[in-house]
Amino acid sequence: MTDTPTQTVESIITVTPGALLRRRLFGHYGLLFGLAILVLVAAAALFAPLLTDQSPYAQDLSARMKPPFWMAGSDPSHLLGTDQLGRDYLARLLYGARISLLIGTVTALISGVIGTALGVAAGYFGGKVDLAATFLINVRLALPVVLVSLAIVALFGGSLQIVILVLGFLLWDRFAIVMRSSVMQIRGLEYVNAAKAIGCSKTRIVLSEIMPNVINNLIVVMTLEMAHAILLEAALSFLGLGVQPPTPSWGLMISEGKEMMLFQPWLITIPGIALFLLVLAINLLGDGLRDVTAPEAKG
Amino acid sequence: MLAFALKRLGLAILVTFTVSVISFSLLHLSGDPATSLAGENATAADIAAISRQYGFDRPLTVQYTDWLWKALHGDFGESYYFKLPVADLIADRLSITMTLGICAISFALLTAVPLGVAAAVRPNSVVDRTALFLSVAGQAMPSFWFGLVMIVIFSIKLRLLPASGSETWRHFIMPTVVLGYYAMPAIMRLTRAGMLEVLNADYIRTARAKGAGAGRVLFKHALRNAIVPVVSLSAVQMGFMLGGSVVVEAIFSLHGAGYLAWESIGRHDLPTVQALILIFSCFYILFTLLSDLANAWLDPRIRVG
Repeated sequence: MTDTPTQTVESIITVTPGALLRRRLFGHYGLLFGLAILVLVAAAALFAPLLTDQSPYAQDLSARMKPPFWMAGSDPSHLLGTDQLGRDYLARLLYGARISLLIGTVTALISGVIGTALGVAAGYFGGKVDLAATFLINVRLALPVVLVSLAIVALFGGSLQIVILVLGFLLWDRFAIVMRSSVMQIRGLEYVNAAKAIGCSKTRIVLSEIMPNVINNLIVVMTLEMAHAILLEAALSFLGLGVQPPTPSWGLMISEGKEMMLFQPWLITIPGIALFLLVLAINLLGDGLRDVTAPEAKG
Repeated sequence: MLAFALKRLGLAILVTFTVSVISFSLLHLSGDPATSLAGENATAADIAAISRQYGFDRPLTVQYTDWLWKALHGDFGESYYFKLPVADLIADRLSITMTLGICAISFALLTAVPLGVAAAVRPNSVVDRTALFLSVAGQAMPSFWFGLVMIVIFSIKLRLLPASGSETWRHFIMPTVVLGYYAMPAIMRLTRAGMLEVLNADYIRTARAKGAGAGRVLFKHALRNAIVPVVSLSAVQMGFMLGGSVVVEAIFSLHGAGYLAWESIGRHDLPTVQALILIFSCFYILFTLLSDLANAWLDPRIRVG
């Protein structure tokens, strides 16, 4: 009877925070599903040259619009068929995943840096800094994203770099809003005051006391903005003012397939489903991470 | 209340002013508009003449103040392409975009609020799961692709609805669904979260304890409180939708202001693009201002905070 208390203490100790986090991670099906698809798409993008020996740019006018493998008249060397210029659709889809993932990650990084800097400064310093940041956020929200990006791309020419830069400089609003309120919630807590009391510099407080405690929220917003950027790039390319042909962008593939969608609907269904699945996966991952790291904010 | 309203109005005016500077300078960053207007075979003398005619030879600040002053009086200059006053062009097209925006937000609210309430009443039920699935799918669905798929199904296969144009109300059905579905997930999630919170509140228990019927508790006591944040979100979504209508109008060839913006951007028609960016921004600023004022009026805590 005497050793019962020690056993309970041990059993409590064995449940480390890490183990608890792992348990939550692997119990969340949405998160696992999202992660699995994202890893699959990332692998397809990374190993595209190994998965297909076809080039996404090589045209073959004698083999135009071959149907995919599940339809009659398909060609075994083109599993997903060919487009109106006879380019292998599977190769374009795989290399297109590179474009989407690249746009998503780099845009989220650029806008993440801008938005986090602004939000953390506003939340930590408050007062005039906060007023200025709130004003900038308001201005940014008032600008219609699609219209402004279309206009800039039309003026400066459509290229991958321009699209990434435009979206990176436009999509920082959610980072700023979330970081601002997260930092505000913790800036008055004891450990921040303790760091101030022992004379830590502002940089040190922000980097080693504040940032580790808001990084979860940052990662969640990053996934959401990544998905947002991928959808916007596809929409811009679809409207003809994003990434330019012959780049294998999924939005561009849908735009090019649009003319033939009456007779060859798979030309738009294949890249459309790919786009839908990728964005769905990233969103599920983001929602899942939020549930796992902040179960109280589940909604 | 008055102090809050004045402060909020001041912010709105300042934001509008900043947006006007941005939309003006953005389109003058790209180099000399006279060169692109003159075309490829123009001589230097042609470009200089055009520059003088449109006033591009003046300092940018002078051009800006001139543009803003006229814009405040409803004069946005003349379209380079149509050779018509931009204000008239936009006024013509805006009614279609507004109709679409109002239909879409109504569609979003009419589907999202009942779904959100039903999901909150029975968490983890089939209804809740379906609502969650619809909202997750809606957030991931590329609206231009959704539009195309709808055209293939309803216009081409079933021949039920017209694929393009804006002549009758039937032309607005598919654009409304596509644009509305874009706004639905956020509204649904907020309604559900708000209802879940409110349904656990003490006053709901009190209402049940005193014997109020389930329907009365749900709609009279709970929904009225949970709906307040939904109203302000809808205002924000409506602002985003007008700006986002470009994509939907392009797919369905709905000749509204968004379609005009897309065409004008392709034609480098600067006065039209500038005016449209400013007008869409103003709509967003106006909607959020109105919703903030309405919220402050409904909830005194906001006025002080």
